[in-house]
Amino acid sequence: MTLLEVANLSVSFGATPAVRGAELTLMPGERVAVVGESGSGKSTLAHAVMGLLPGSGRVTGGTIRLRGEDVVRAPEKRLRQLRGRAVGLVPQDPMTNLNPVTRVGRQVAETLLAHGLAGRREAPGRAVELLAQAGLPEPGRRARQYPHELSGGQRQRVLIAIGLACRPDLLIADEPTSALDVTVQQQILDHLDGLTRELGTALLLITHDLGLAADRADRVVVMSRGAVVETGPARQVLGSPRHEYTRRLVAAAPSLGATVRERTPGPGAAPGAARPPAAAARPPAAAAGPLLAVEHVTKEYRLRGGARFRAVDDVSFTVGHGRTTAFVGESGSGKTTTARMVLGLLEPTGGTVRLDGAPVSGAATARGPARRAARRAMQPVFQDPYASLDPMFTVERLIAEPLTVFGVGDRDERRARVARLLDQVALPADVARRYPNELSGGQRQRVAIARALALEPRLVVCDEPVSALDVLVQDQILRLLRSLQDELGIGYLFISHDLAVVRALAHDVVVMRAGRVVERGPVDAVLGAPSDPYTRQLLAAVPGAGLTHRP
Amino acid sequence: MARHLLHRLWQSALTLVLASIVVFAGIRALPGDPATAMAGEEADPATIQAVRARLGLDQPLPVQYLKFAGRALTGDLGVSTRTGTPVGELIRATLPVTVQLAVYAMAVAVLAGTTAGVLAAVFRGRWPEWAANALSLTALSVPTFWLGILAVLYLSVHLGWFPASGYVSPFDHPVRGLYYLTLPALILGLTHSAVLQRQTRASMTGTLSADFVRTARAKGLGGTAVVFRYGLRNSLIVVVTVVGLQLGGLIGGAVVTERIFTLPGIGKLTLDSVFTRDYPVVQAVVLVITASYIVINLLVDVLYTVIDPRIRVSGRSR
Amino acid sequence: MTTAAAATAAPDGALPGPGRTHGRALRTLVRNPMGVAGGILLLIVVLAGVLAPLLAPGPPTEVHFSTPFQQPATVGFPLGTDDLGRDILSRVLYGTRASLEVGVLSVLLAVVAGVPLGLLAGYWRWLDALVSRLADLMLAFPFLILAVGLAAINGGGLGNAAIALGIANVPAMIRVVRAETLRLAEADFVLAAHAMDAGPLRVLGRHILPNALSAIIVQATLVMPAAVLGEAVLSFLGLGIQPPDPSLGIMLSDAQNYLLRTPWPGVFPGLAIALICLGFNLFGDALRDALDPRTSGSGERS
Repeated sequence: MTLLEVANLSVSFGATPAVRGAELTLMPGERVAVVGESGSGKSTLAHAVMGLLPGSGRVTGGTIRLRGEDVVRAPEKRLRQLRGRAVGLVPQDPMTNLNPVTRVGRQVAETLLAHGLAGRREAPGRAVELLAQAGLPEPGRRARQYPHELSGGQRQRVLIAIGLACRPDLLIADEPTSALDVTVQQQILDHLDGLTRELGTALLLITHDLGLAADRADRVVVMSRGAVVETGPARQVLGSPRHEYTRRLVAAAPSLGATVRERTPGPGAAPGAARPPAAAARPPAAAAGPLLAVEHVTKEYRLRGGARFRAVDDVSFTVGHGRTTAFVGESGSGKTTTARMVLGLLEPTGGTVRLDGAPVSGAATARGPARRAARRAMQPVFQDPYASLDPMFTVERLIAEPLTVFGVGDRDERRARVARLLDQVALPADVARRYPNELSGGQRQRVAIARALALEPRLVVCDEPVSALDVLVQDQILRLLRSLQDELGIGYLFISHDLAVVRALAHDVVVMRAGRVVERGPVDAVLGAPSDPYTRQLLAAVPGAGLTHRP
Repeated sequence: MARHLLHRLWQSALTLVLASIVVFAGIRALPGDPATAMAGEEADPATIQAVRARLGLDQPLPVQYLKFAGRALTGDLGVSTRTGTPVGELIRATLPVTVQLAVYAMAVAVLAGTTAGVLAAVFRGRWPEWAANALSLTALSVPTFWLGILAVLYLSVHLGWFPASGYVSPFDHPVRGLYYLTLPALILGLTHSAVLQRQTRASMTGTLSADFVRTARAKGLGGTAVVFRYGLRNSLIVVVTVVGLQLGGLIGGAVVTERIFTLPGIGKLTLDSVFTRDYPVVQAVVLVITASYIVINLLVDVLYTVIDPRIRVSGRSR
Repeated sequence: MTTAAAATAAPDGALPGPGRTHGRALRTLVRNPMGVAGGILLLIVVLAGVLAPLLAPGPPTEVHFSTPFQQPATVGFPLGTDDLGRDILSRVLYGTRASLEVGVLSVLLAVVAGVPLGLLAGYWRWLDALVSRLADLMLAFPFLILAVGLAAINGGGLGNAAIALGIANVPAMIRVVRAETLRLAEADFVLAAHAMDAGPLRVLGRHILPNALSAIIVQATLVMPAAVLGEAVLSFLGLGIQPPDPSLGIMLSDAQNYLLRTPWPGVFPGLAIALICLGFNLFGDALRDALDPRTSGSGERS
C-alpha cells in the first residue's frame, strides 16, 4: 500500500498559485527527493502534506492521502495526531527552528508527551536516548542546555531527534543541511540515512542540490514553477534527463568533474558580453610581480576576559594579473575576514597587503591617498545581491556612485559609462531607471558586478558571489565573470565554500581552515590530488558523486 | 552575567549622579532667590545674607553640590522652605501612596493589556483582534485626565459607586484602601494597558509566525501549548520591558491622576512644591522620581536574565 | 546563511517585483481602510486647525457675560458657551490649532535633536556611550518637571510646552535612529560604499539616513499624538499655554469647576483631543504597516 499519495495538488497563496497539479507517490521505506529552485513550490508541497501552510496558503485542488487517509480535508484535531506521530519534520534552518527559551531535552520530550508515548517521568530520559540516537555528543548534558549553546550541526541533530522521536512512517526533511558546512552536512546526512533505514522510515527530501538528491534518494521528483516536470529513479533522471528543464538544471550544476576552465572565451558566454566594450582596450598590466600579494596577514580579536582569538593566522597568497585565485573554506575559516582586510575595510593585526607592490593595509603608508588609489584599483562583489545594493538608489545611481566618489567625468559622461557597463553585464539599458527591488537576484548581482567594474579596477574581490543564487542563475553569473576576465584582464580573488564552483572558475586555490592556510596551489593540483587531509575531507564531502561522471 | 549586571549597575549609578547634577544646576538656574523667598521680600539685605549663609548658598556651586549630594546619601534631603518640615518626612508620607497607585494601575494594565494582546494575536484577522485593537486605539487617543473627570462625575457623584476623592491606607483598612484606589488605578492603568496590548500583539504575532512555532506544530503540539509555551514565553521579554518602562514613568506620571482624585501622593507634592517654589522639595522629589525610574529599569534588566537564557549565558542583550 | 538568502531569491529573468519601496508603501497605505479613515480624520483636523480664523464664529477670547452656560445648538453658539459666555466652537477650533502647533514643534524638535544624535551614536562607537547616557538621563527625567523649569525661566506658553514635550521625545528618537544606524552600518551596501572610499558624510547622508527615514517617520507619528495629549496635560495643570490663550487642556481645566452644572464645555474639548489623537494613531499605524518591511508582504513565504 502506498504511504503517501499526492494527486493533482494545487496550492495558492491568496491569488498566487504556488503548486499546480503536483503528483507524488511514496511507498513505505522509500526515499524520494523533490528537487527544484527557489519558488518551485517544493517547500510548499512539503508544508501542504503536514497541513502547515503558512499565512494565506490554501489547497485549491487535488488530494493528499496518507495511508489512504485524506489529509486535505482532515480536521485540525486529526492533523495534530498525525503530525509528529505519522509524519515527522526536519526543517531547514537549525538556527531558527528551536524555541530559544526552552531546554533542548524538553523540546524533544514534548513530542513524546504530545502523543502519549511517554509519561512525565520517563519522557526526559527518553529524550536523552533520542538525542544520543541522533548522534548528539554528551546527550545527557546537552539535553539540559538551551539552543544558543549548541552549534548549528548539533542543533540540526536535535531537530532530527524531534522529527524521529515518535518513529513516524514518513520523515519530511526540508533542505535539512543547506544551512550547514559541507563536512557537517555529510555527517548529518549519513546519520539521517542510517537512522531512517534502521527504523524503516520513508524519507521525503526537499532540496535544491542535485548532487545531494542523487546521493541520497531512490527516486527524484523535479519541480519547476509549481509543477512536477519529471519523475523517475535518481540516476536516470539526473544521468539522462528527458525534460528540457531538468537538462538545463543538470548542465548548469557546477561539478567537481567538470573540465578546468578554458582560457579562450567560453562557448556559453553571456550574450551581451561578447561585444567589445570600451574598457577592454586596456591590456593587462605588464608589471613583473603579482597583482595582489598578501603577506603573513594576521587578524586578532580580543575576547571578553582578555583572551585573544586569531580569526586569520599568518595567511599568505597571491593573485596574478588577469587570473583567479579562489579562497576556499567553511564558515569560521577566516575567508571573509581576509577579504575585508584585502579591501582595506579591516586593519590587519600583522602582515601586509600589497596591490601591484603598493601597500593597501597593514602598513603606515596605507592611508589617505595611498588607500584611495588602492581602492580605486580594487572593488568588491558581495554574496547577497539583496543586501549589497542600496534599495533607495536607482540602478544608474548605484553604478555611477564610485564614479561620483572619485569625481570621474561629468554627469553625461557618467551616464554614458553606466550604459556601457550595463551592456557589458548583459542587462538591458532600461534597467538604469529601476530600483534594485524591481530586479531578480541574478539581475541584481549583474548590477553589483557592473558597479565593481565602473572604476576599471585591476582586482575584483568576490565574496561568495553566487552562493545566494539558484543553480541556473549561478551558472550564468559564473560565465559572465569568466568572460569579463577574458576581455578586461581583471584578476579575481574569489571566495567560496563550494569546491565545484571554484573548479569552474579558478586558476589557483587556497584552502583555509580555522584561520590558517592548509593547502594552496594550482586548482588542478589541489583539487585533483590534494595533499592535506582536510582538503581531501572537503572534497569527499561534496555531494553529487553520482553526477560527476556524466557525459 | 555578573559582569553584565555590574556594568549595568555602574551605568545606573552614573545616570543617577548625572541626574542629580542636572537637578541641582537646574534649580540654581531658576529665577528667584530662595533666601529672599524664605526671608520675605521686605527683609533687609543683612537678614537675607544671614539666611543665605545658613542655607550654605554663599559657597561656590561645586561645594554646595557636594554637600547636597553627601547629605542626600545619608538620607538628609533638606527642609521645606515653605513649611519647615524635613523633606525626607514629606517623601516618606507621599511616596507609598503613589507606589500603591502605580502598582495597582500596572496590575490592571498587565492583566487587561496582555490578555487583549494575546487574543488579538491568536485570533488574527477575526473579530477579537478588531475589538481589542479598536479598544486600545480609543484608550490611546482619549486624554486620561478627561476620562478621569467624567468618571468622577458619573461613577462617583451621580451613581455613587466609588468615592470621588480621598485616600485610605490599605495597610490600615485593606478593603477600604483598595476601594478608594480602584477608580484612580483603572483610569491610570487604561493608557498603559493600551500600550501593552499593542506591544504584546506585535510581539506575539511575530513569535507565532516564527520557524520554531511551525516546528512545534509539526510535532503535533496543540494550539494552547503553542500559544502559551512558545508564543507568550518568547513575547514575555517585550512585556517585561514595556512594563518596566511604564512603571518607571508612573511614579512621576501619576501627577494628573493624583490631582483629579486629590490623592496625597508624590505627584501632588511635586505640583504643590513647584507652585510655591519650594526648591528643596522640588529638588528631592525630582531626584526620587529619577532614582525610582533608574532602579526599576535595573530590576527589569535583572529580570531579563531570568526570562531569556540567551542573556544569562552571553551576558549580552540582543 | 547562504541558503536563507537563496530561499528568497527569485530566478533570473523573473517578473519584475513590485515597484519602488515608497511607491509600494503608498499603495499599501491607500488599500488599508483604517489608514484611509485616519487620513481623512487627519485632513479634517488639520483643516480645522489651519482654517480656525475663518471657521470660527467669533474670537475665542471674546466674553459674553450675558450668555454664560448656553446649551449646544443655541443660535450664535453652535456648541454653546462656557462660564464666561465664550463661544465653545471658536475655542475648540483655536485650541485644536494650538494643539497641532505644539505637536508639530515637538516633532520638529525631536527630529532635529534626535536624528543627528542617533546617527552619531550608531555610527561612532566612542560617541555611543556618551549619547546613550544622555538619552537615559532624559528618559529618567520627568518631562513635567522640565516643563515647570522652563515655565519658571521663560514664563509659560505654547513654546515652552512644545520644547518640554519635544525634549521628552528626543530619547526615543535617538534610540530608534541609533538602532537603525547600527543595523544599516553592517549592511553590505554600506561596506560597498566604504570600499569605494566614500567618506562618513556620504555614507551617513546618502545611504544610512535615507534608509532610516521610514523608521523616523513612524516614530514621528508616535510623537505627534503624545505631544497633543501632553500639551493638554500641561495646560490642564497650568504649566503649558496660559489663559486667556485658548487651549483644549485649559478648557477642560475650566470646565472641571462647573461640570455638575453643565457638562458640555468639558465634553467638546475632550472629544477634539480624542479625534486629533485617533487620526494620528490610525494613520500612524497604517503608515507603519506600510513602511515596515517586516509587516508588509506577509504570506509571501514559500
